[in-house]
Amino acid sequence: MENLIALLVAAPLLGAAVLLCGGRRLDPVGHWIGTVLASASFVIGAILFADMLGKDEEHRALAQHLFSWIPVEGFQADIAFQLDQLSMTFVLLITGVGSLIHVYSIGYMEHDERRRRFFGYLNLFLAAMLLLVLADNYLLLYVGWEGVGLASYLLIGFWQHKPSAATAAKKAFLVNRVGDMGLSIAIMLMFTTFGTFAFGPVLEATGETGEGKLTAIGLMLLLAACGKSAQVPLQSWLGDAMEGPTPVSALIHAATMVTAGVYLIVRSGEIFNAAPDAQLVTTVVGAVTLLFGAIVGCAKDDIKKALAGSTMSQIGYMILAAGLGPIGYVFAIMHLVTHGFFKAGLFLGAGSVMHGMNDEVDMRKYGGLRKHMPVTFVTFGLGYLAIIGFPGLSGFFSKDKIIEAAFAKGGTEGWILGGVALLGAAITAFYMTRVMLMTFFGEKRWQPDEHGHEPHPHESPKSMTIPMIVLAFGSVFAGGFFGIGDRFLHWLEPVTEHTHGHPPIGATTVTLSTMVVLVIGVGLAYLQYGRRPVPVVAPRGSLLTRAARRDLLQDDFNHVVLVRGGEHLTRSLVYVDHTLVDGVVNGTAASMGGLSGRLRKLQNGYARSYAVSMFGGAAILIAATLLMRAV
Amino acid sequence: MNPVNYLYLAALLFTIGASGVLIRRNAIVVFMCIELMLNACNLAFVAFSRMHGNLDGQIIAFFTMVVAAAEVVVGLAIIVSLFRSRHSASVDDASLMKL
Amino acid sequence: MSFPLLTATAALPAIGAIATAAVPAARRTAAKWLALLVSLATLALAVVVLVRFDPDGDRYQLTESHAWIKDFGVRYELGVDGIAVALIALTALLIPFVILAGWHDADPLETHSSRWRPTQGFFALILGVEAMVIISFEATDVFLFYIFFEAMLIPMYFLIGGFGDRAHAGSDEHAAAQRSYAAVKFLLYNLAGGLIMLAAVIGLYVVAGNFSLQEIAEARANGSLDMATNTERWLFLGFFFAFAVKAPLWPLHTWLPNAMGEATAPVAVLITAVVDKVGTFAMLRFCLQLFPEASKWATPAILVLALISIIYGALLAVGQRDIKRLVAYASISHFGFIIMGIFAMTSQGQSGATLYMVNHGISTAALMLVAGFLITRRGSRLIADYGGVQKVAPVLAGTFLIGSLATLSLPGLAPFVSEFLVLIGTFARYPVIGIIATFGIVLAALYTLVLYQRTMTGPVKPEVSAMPDLKVRELAVVAPLIALLIFLGVYPKPLTDIVNPAVKQTMSDVHKKDPKPEVEAAK
Repeated sequence: MENLIALLVAAPLLGAAVLLCGGRRLDPVGHWIGTVLASASFVIGAILFADMLGKDEEHRALAQHLFSWIPVEGFQADIAFQLDQLSMTFVLLITGVGSLIHVYSIGYMEHDERRRRFFGYLNLFLAAMLLLVLADNYLLLYVGWEGVGLASYLLIGFWQHKPSAATAAKKAFLVNRVGDMGLSIAIMLMFTTFGTFAFGPVLEATGETGEGKLTAIGLMLLLAACGKSAQVPLQSWLGDAMEGPTPVSALIHAATMVTAGVYLIVRSGEIFNAAPDAQLVTTVVGAVTLLFGAIVGCAKDDIKKALAGSTMSQIGYMILAAGLGPIGYVFAIMHLVTHGFFKAGLFLGAGSVMHGMNDEVDMRKYGGLRKHMPVTFVTFGLGYLAIIGFPGLSGFFSKDKIIEAAFAKGGTEGWILGGVALLGAAITAFYMTRVMLMTFFGEKRWQPDEHGHEPHPHESPKSMTIPMIVLAFGSVFAGGFFGIGDRFLHWLEPVTEHTHGHPPIGATTVTLSTMVVLVIGVGLAYLQYGRRPVPVVAPRGSLLTRAARRDLLQDDFNHVVLVRGGEHLTRSLVYVDHTLVDGVVNGTAASMGGLSGRLRKLQNGYARSYAVSMFGGAAILIAATLLMRAV
Repeated sequence: MNPVNYLYLAALLFTIGASGVLIRRNAIVVFMCIELMLNACNLAFVAFSRMHGNLDGQIIAFFTMVVAAAEVVVGLAIIVSLFRSRHSASVDDASLMKL
Repeated sequence: MSFPLLTATAALPAIGAIATAAVPAARRTAAKWLALLVSLATLALAVVVLVRFDPDGDRYQLTESHAWIKDFGVRYELGVDGIAVALIALTALLIPFVILAGWHDADPLETHSSRWRPTQGFFALILGVEAMVIISFEATDVFLFYIFFEAMLIPMYFLIGGFGDRAHAGSDEHAAAQRSYAAVKFLLYNLAGGLIMLAAVIGLYVVAGNFSLQEIAEARANGSLDMATNTERWLFLGFFFAFAVKAPLWPLHTWLPNAMGEATAPVAVLITAVVDKVGTFAMLRFCLQLFPEASKWATPAILVLALISIIYGALLAVGQRDIKRLVAYASISHFGFIIMGIFAMTSQGQSGATLYMVNHGISTAALMLVAGFLITRRGSRLIADYGGVQKVAPVLAGTFLIGSLATLSLPGLAPFVSEFLVLIGTFARYPVIGIIATFGIVLAALYTLVLYQRTMTGPVKPEVSAMPDLKVRELAVVAPLIALLIFLGVYPKPLTDIVNPAVKQTMSDVHKKDPKPEVEAAK
């Protein structure tokens, strides 16, 4: 069985290689190759899953050792995989949702002449993400980690002829690289501390070193997670990443990429458990991002950017849960999976809307679309209900547990984190209702564009709606399936451990207050966007709204401090290199030239001046000889 | 007579010769001054020979004379050919050997 | 007596150079093919060396030794260890690609008379450089090494000064002036380094009485040759200075951007991927073996300079407007990593540094040669003159992207393995330096992606709209290099197996042991 693990990665990797090297000959069949190989990976995953369910809890983990990767004295890095329940969860999510997105893209990218290449990149994305979750050591994980960065770079910048897309892609890669730096420093720290960076030995040996070292490692891992999962302060790439085709956004936000940070923290649980300071920072980062993303999501008029803010916020919940330690790990992953379903559904729905609206993304130019796109409306609506945590749907089960666990942290921290999580739930309800109302309800607000083409909203083809329907099913039922009877908890517990928290207020109280804030959020949104018509041109808005439209000024800060500062630094360094470093050398050459020019004047051609120097020299020699004698 | 006095004379002659070489511009005079310096040296050699009571100094004096004779031959030839080409015997006119 | 394999490997390209130079003016194409065949034959010989070399055998293998200048104890002594074998293989591997990539670079212009033979000269010089580089890697006699270390400058000087990049912004006279400035600068820098080294070589002879690397190193190791601390330090500095100019290390680097900018792309590859490697190789072989104590004494200063090289080179690369100068500054940054790895004095660092030399050779060759194809098409080296190439020449853009990704050390490609080893090896002994050096990887992403973005993406500029994609010859240059980058990134074991024993030896030369991991040390 364990020999199948490598195939999980190999199938999409093969697809990427074939599609990217195959040339134009493969254009007519490229998308099928890509979809079939992604689905093949899913099938293999399902077989392994069935096999895993057949075993008892203690013997479910599989391992496969391929070959020794970098054998150097005192340094052992292997190409080796491990498949335990945690990895299995991710494998199914990645390949499952990933395959659906492949199917969806067949329709969505139908008219793009570079569709083959698009599928090649998608396959590369899956392969990198699978490598990330299947690796049995941090260095191999790092390969997948950067591979995901590369794939996202290629996909975000897929429409390269648009400068904005190329810039967004570069920005995503660079911000991620900052995070990657954290991961590589963490690996180096592990190497000097434990002499290895394989999961097993490192996580078992956490007890043998000091808390300081572990805190450092934990914080560096957190930095890495911030980069990939778009957490404050490295969140700025996520909004711009919407420049990519919509299926890419779905893939990045639901199944791959942003979930990697959560995986990393949960996987490294033992390190964080032994480093409370690192955990505290993790929860703070999660809580801050949760609010940050939610506020940004409220202000955006671009449907994809509003959803991007929402992703940031939801991942904030997961990071917060992961920072809580054993009381939160399981719920972080559970929310991750349910979020995978409804966020993928929402993005695909948004893509479907754009597909029917001539790629318009401004929600102020939508309105009343429910009549034109019934399937999209229903699936999007179910995703909406799931994300705000409507009772009985997926988000309700997973988010509720996180809020409960946040309170259970105990002490003032617990109250603050729980409060923030509740507040986040209210804002989530607000901005998602806003999106829903602006897009599907109200009067039609679209107008002819500058060429006089009026959009004719229409339902998308089957290849697009079917994945949306499947995901909508997931959004509705996954949470209940996982949550009722603690199925998911029992499944993951052997890997991540779990302790039951004891929140200072009862679980029922938490659920009730969640419901209350939910109603408040929805109500406020309805008052603002449901009762009154939505203006086509955005009103000026309050100071906070304006700041939130600009991603709370984070980009402006980056631009002024990093971009401008960097430009000045490099420009002045170029100058320094030219004038100073090179100048010293050129100056030496010039002064040598000057000196010899002056010495040259002594050779004036007059025999008597040569004679004088001869006599002078002789006189000096004699004088020196006499002087030496005297001494 | 005290042989040291010959040395004084030799030093005097040498100085006169040296200043001549440095100051005068006529090639013939410069040449004669060089001869004067050589002869001053010869005088000193002979004086030393007398003072130390051996023949080394006198032998070297003969050598010097031979060298001086050879030098006269070459030197005069150069001066004559210079004079022929430039119609002047001034050493400053032959100042082309420079960078 | 067995067949002198090492001599043959160096002599073949030398003979080939003479033969190529002798091809008549009209038979230009024949000269090209001859050069290519000779370089391929050399590659075959290098492969034989690689196969005959036994990683677990003696330190120096395939040795040859003949008396040469008896009065001074100079011997013709050759021998290779794992590091040298790897670098000889790299050199022999890259030269055919350099020749193929420069196929048309030295075609005579129409204005030249029919007796003019630049093509023959160009390829002969390349083969000449190859011969000298290979023998420098093989020489185990300090004097013999010195001779070829210096003699290399002559063909390089003519390659830079005589066969410049035809894509020049200024007028022909301006281009010629820039080119001769670059060539003279290259020559003077390296000569200055070489002269100081000569003094040190003589000094070494005075102290040790012979030039044999093995004898001196052995005598140093068993204590029969005692050097005063100061003597050792001065001699070390003399050697190191020459190698640091060649490598190049900050602040002795400024010749490289000029030389790489003005030379044609294949010659630029020759400089940075092949010739400069002699400098870093010699640090490992001569500095560490002959002067272990002084090496340790100088380590902190050298590490700081290497660190400055890494960050400074990367920052300057960001600020460049000229594609080739950008690659040159990137190389300076990478050489910083190599030197850092050598002087970190850990197994991982030194293995990493050796791998880095090989991988950097391949990755820079890939990036620079594709950049060369690009520049030839458009006739400009300025980044601003490009835009949207991806749309018109996707294969060219794709290979350029892979070259860029290799330059920024993306995992899965060969440079990642070496860069990570260097970083981890440095971090194990000097955590702060290791952490600062990691900033280099962020900057590397910045300069390569900015380059890619500005040249390849965005709207198609009218000047590039008719740009043809890669031709078969060009693809034949790039594809094997990329395949090799991927192969060595996924499976570097063949290379590490050769390098590891040599590194172990070097570590014992300097009497250094790897720092123990904290957990293990506590037990």
